[in-house]
Amino acid sequence: MKINDLTELAVRNLRESVLRNSLTTIGISVGVASLVAMLSLGIGLQQLASRRLVKSGLFDTVVVTSRRDLRNFGREEQRNGPAPGESRILDEAARREIEQLPNVLEAHPDIRFITELRYEDNPHLTMIAALPPSAKSNDAFDGIPGGFFSSDTAPEVIVQKTFAEELLGKTPPAGADETKATDLAAPLLGKELTMRYAQRETTPADGTVSAEDRQNNLAGNAYSVVSRELKLKIVGISDLDPETMRGPTRARVFLPIKLAESLHVMQPTDLREISRSAADQPVYSSLSVRVKNPTRVQPVEDAIKKLGFTTFSILDATRSLRQFFAVLDLFLGIFGSLALAVASIGIVNTLVMAILERRREIGIMKAIGASDGDVKKLFFAEAGAMGILGGFVGVALGWAIGQAINFGTNIYLKRQDVPPEHFWAVPWWLVVGAIGFAFVVSLLSGLYPAGRAARLDPVQALRYE
Amino acid sequence: MTSIPGNSQDKNTIAIHTEELCRHYRMGETFIRAVDGISLQVRCGEFVALLGSSGSGKSSMLNLIAGLDRPTSGTVLVQDRDLARLSREELAKYRLHVVGMVFQSFNLIASMTLAENVELPLRFAEVERGKRENLVREALQRVGLRARMNHRPSELSGGEQQRAALARALINRPQLLLADEPTGNLDSRTGTEIMDLVREFNQKLGMTVVMVTHERALAEQYAQRMIFLADGKLVDDRMVDDRIKDRADFKPAAIPAASGLKGERP
Repeated sequence: MKINDLTELAVRNLRESVLRNSLTTIGISVGVASLVAMLSLGIGLQQLASRRLVKSGLFDTVVVTSRRDLRNFGREEQRNGPAPGESRILDEAARREIEQLPNVLEAHPDIRFITELRYEDNPHLTMIAALPPSAKSNDAFDGIPGGFFSSDTAPEVIVQKTFAEELLGKTPPAGADETKATDLAAPLLGKELTMRYAQRETTPADGTVSAEDRQNNLAGNAYSVVSRELKLKIVGISDLDPETMRGPTRARVFLPIKLAESLHVMQPTDLREISRSAADQPVYSSLSVRVKNPTRVQPVEDAIKKLGFTTFSILDATRSLRQFFAVLDLFLGIFGSLALAVASIGIVNTLVMAILERRREIGIMKAIGASDGDVKKLFFAEAGAMGILGGFVGVALGWAIGQAINFGTNIYLKRQDVPPEHFWAVPWWLVVGAIGFAFVVSLLSGLYPAGRAARLDPVQALRYE
Repeated sequence: MTSIPGNSQDKNTIAIHTEELCRHYRMGETFIRAVDGISLQVRCGEFVALLGSSGSGKSSMLNLIAGLDRPTSGTVLVQDRDLARLSREELAKYRLHVVGMVFQSFNLIASMTLAENVELPLRFAEVERGKRENLVREALQRVGLRARMNHRPSELSGGEQQRAALARALINRPQLLLADEPTGNLDSRTGTEIMDLVREFNQKLGMTVVMVTHERALAEQYAQRMIFLADGKLVDDRMVDDRIKDRADFKPAAIPAASGLKGERP
């Protein structure tokens, strides 16, 4: 029988026992709805979590270091990357090379140093870190009081809230309510800080290098350290808490990256660099590489390792997070599928009843030329039609349930003064998948009844009243 | 009215041939020989009546010829097809294209209109939708039900239902019409209408007809040949004398002694 004839007959048969078939279809719908509702909650929560993580700027960052760096000796990186002797120098050429790798957004040197900042003649010692322009979209700097740096080289700073409190002498006692960043912004924005720092100046080789030093490749790497001062304007106050994992660790003042690079601030690692850098280009102790998408971190890490560097990312942390969500989705999916499993028993029941009721009809069809296959396909088509119909209704129902719960929860969140969140997601693949799953489950449920109907002996079936 | 292709065969060609045909089965403790070694031949275009009392095996015989049942032993050849050797799929094709069947209880599908009932074999035969409509209309026209094609069986009289069943049996232009007590549920006037149609199919379309009945008068009036069964065995096989049919005071003779269903322990 042709497929359109099958469908037509199946739909006609379903219409004949409209109550029973509707109830069965509603059963499937409820099953699909529960599956969709459960999974969309899981997916929504996962998307919410990963949106937050991506915005934090931690999970799409790979930190690249050179194994030659002494600080790696005997430390965690031993397992990770080439032997120290084979590792390459992390210089400007390497940075460019890394930046050209697929899926890499940018690679910028990690510049951080401890120095003294004077505000209204009071010295404050703190860690300063450089920020690339891309940090603007990081949720630590997104929408802060004031704003982001006006340019990559502007003599401007963003200060962290606790440092701002320190500058104003307003450090709240432990346990007290936090001061809002906006309250600190008013007296500080536009004010000047004077940064005192040690600048490293390369001195040309003067021929006094000993033969031993030359052998150790030290020639031309002598430098002197000069004390400098720079006036910086406060342009923003960040809420970012340096004590948490979010954002550059423990820095409380941030500079634009090009400005920081141009300062040639003496860094702790500089002492070691004299032993290796022969060329006259900058050498970095570490690079922060931003990846387009957290899911691409692993391939980028692998590619950088191939170049001969050591990498580190918080991917391991996300891995366990993803594992958690996979398990959560699995459990939610299983609970959702349970209802569908119950519904599938309904399909079997309905079709077995239909065989009993239509036994004579099956006999007639066989007598006038229907093959076993025709009868089987007809029952399959009926099961499939119920499945598809139930799938569509179920997805709509599940979506509606999701919307309702989302709406209700957001009202609750609003009352609790928490910004509304969208923790409910019904991606297209879930829609297609749920309908497909309902269809497949229905066909599987139809397997036994269809086989039974096809095997009916026409002579017996025709005798049945 | 055109004859059905393949039916214009020589009247001497054998349409149905059975040889020592047996259909035995067990019903609980009882072993039943429904058909017990019947050998017969039916020529193309012949109108044969299978007569016998209840349980004589005439319906079982018809089911074997229709390919609805398989013989326990012996052979049944229809148009040179050995039905015992056909697969289930091939038997379904055979029932679809070679055989048209009508039953005592009409066996129309109650949820379908007449047109849909008549169309059903065409769906199984995968005939195109456009062609189907014409064929259905033509078939219903032939049995005088064109005007009622959109009615459901329950809205029709018994005679009309049986006519619709005849239209359905005819729709795939089969070579063989098998009728199982076609007038059993009808009054005599309606029964005559139906039998006239069957005779028309036999004479004008050249269809071979095998009709099961227990009414000897009906058989004598319409069939060319009567085969009597009793206890699954062939007890008599005779041609109907044409003169009987013309007699004004025609009264059917008694059916030869048949002892009804007889059980036998294996």
